[in-house]
Amino acid sequence: MKKIFENDGLKKLILLILIFGIVQLLITTGIISPYLQETLVTLCINIILAVSLNLITGFTGQLSLGHAGFMSIGAYTCALITLNMPTTTGFILGVLAGAVTAALFGFLVGLPTLRLKGDYLAIATLGMAEIIKVIFINLDSITNGAAGLNNIPQFVTWPWMFLFTAGTILIITNLLNSSHGRACISIREDEIASEAMGINTTKYKVAAFTIGAFFAGIAGALYASNFYFIEPNQFGFLKSIDVLVIVVFGGMGSISGSVIAATALAVISTLLQSFSEVRMILYAVLLVIIMIFRPQGLMGSKELSLSVLGRLGNSDSKKGRV
Amino acid sequence: MEQFLQQIINGISLGSIYALIALGYTMVYGIINLINFAHGDVYMIGAYIGYYCMTFLKLGFLPSLVIAMVICTLLGIAIEKIAYKPLRNSPRIAVLITAIGVSLFIEYATMFIVSANVRSYPQITEGLLAQSFKVGNITITAQQVIILVVTVILMVLLQFIVKKTRIGKAMRAVSLDKDAAELMGINVNTTISFTFALGSALAGAAGVLVGLYYSSINPFMGVMPGLKAFVAAVFGGIGIIPGAMVGGYCIGMVEVLVSGYGNSKFRDAVVFAILILILIVKPAGLFGKNTREKV
Repeated sequence: MKKIFENDGLKKLILLILIFGIVQLLITTGIISPYLQETLVTLCINIILAVSLNLITGFTGQLSLGHAGFMSIGAYTCALITLNMPTTTGFILGVLAGAVTAALFGFLVGLPTLRLKGDYLAIATLGMAEIIKVIFINLDSITNGAAGLNNIPQFVTWPWMFLFTAGTILIITNLLNSSHGRACISIREDEIASEAMGINTTKYKVAAFTIGAFFAGIAGALYASNFYFIEPNQFGFLKSIDVLVIVVFGGMGSISGSVIAATALAVISTLLQSFSEVRMILYAVLLVIIMIFRPQGLMGSKELSLSVLGRLGNSDSKKGRV
Repeated sequence: MEQFLQQIINGISLGSIYALIALGYTMVYGIINLINFAHGDVYMIGAYIGYYCMTFLKLGFLPSLVIAMVICTLLGIAIEKIAYKPLRNSPRIAVLITAIGVSLFIEYATMFIVSANVRSYPQITEGLLAQSFKVGNITITAQQVIILVVTVILMVLLQFIVKKTRIGKAMRAVSLDKDAAELMGINVNTTISFTFALGSALAGAAGVLVGLYYSSINPFMGVMPGLKAFVAAVFGGIGIIPGAMVGGYCIGMVEVLVSGYGNSKFRDAVVFAILILILIVKPAGLFGKNTREKV
């Protein structure tokens, strides 16, 4: 029995099945109300967005303020496909097409803009997201302009949501543990030094940007298939900021930090629901206070790994990855 | 041709406002390398102060302008002292998030206090401000003249402060090398506060001018002009004061021409497309010098 628990992959699998099972049980027994289910969907979408932005900003060190732009591409692509093909096949096709289209845009945008550094890149990606928004507003015949798309068929259920969220986290974590991921991290630490070590920095930066856009596209597609209605203004500057806040709050370069921060913000947002008037004021104050007292975020660049849980019972188990 | 000249005149008015906001961005960025997202909201507060001075206190244009500038100055200093100063040595992304937090706080606190309704500036129907002049078939309103005159006066004043006074010299020294400036006996914190004060005063003035010109204001009016003013600052070369002025006028002109001759819905997209082009072709901006990164 002990042998089984020393296998990391198996432990992860068991944990995932446990999370899935418990939440599914709570939904079937009605403890998680429909309102909380909506929060859960938003939480999962935010986790996908934050983890994918963390790959770009936290691990590769490229500050992007345009993540909502890629999300909107995924959302519109998926919505347009499911509106014409309201079946489960259509939904899967829509999510995939949304992700691939977003990735394609990520590639096309990333190629020229990733030559820029720091704040210049931030402002260029922000501009890119605004341009995408304006294009969606003006493509009246396809996207119904500023009024948005209505009556998008709903397909998202907890199993789908879980599949995509867990899948995103697993794929990005594995990517970061590969040599490609290490190359990305070396770019964040020192771009010139990593270039001198023979790493093709442009290739890895564009790759990280494209993969990040791919998952943002998935998040957008799931958003469209859950909330019936999308309009360009939902994917504005503020949405990009929301995602960046989760990433920084959780810790740049910590996947588990992003998950924890997304969950914490979802809880805070639910608790503040009854004070809707001052909700955003409190949120803003909280943001400033957190940044003043913990500028590196909740987790810094550390990960909460399963071996930490294992250490509770077994003192000489592996250290958590740094 | 007449229509074109008319558009140019409208562009100058809009450009003046962008230039005034962009100056604050560029100075703050030059001195602490921070995109001060709260700057657009200081401009919004300026517009509201002007509104309350004119409607409730029944003050004239000039006293309202001065009061708005003074209050915005205080607000700018307060923002810097409370939110940015504790983060002087933190990672830049943390300061950026703080700036966003401050911006959201000002927007939603204003919305909470004055409600989200759109307010209208009092229409000036008599006196010098209500007049308009005709040159051929081109109409120039007194408001447009006032905007240009106020902007030019403030810019000359700013140039004087930055180039000719002791504190201006300190500002330039700190933006060049903070540590060296400190070793030379310059009080860096005071200098940074002063930079925020100057930038915020200009933003406050821009707020009153825009209220006068477009007459409607709301708590979120600062977001888009704030971003576009930043684009203007980048366009001219960030950290360079004349660059921000030229950038502001260029962006204002482009926006008016796109609305006038193309589709007004695309004007934001065109502004941001220009930004991306500029950044790719000449990242240091129109007046900027390329700096090489040293290892």
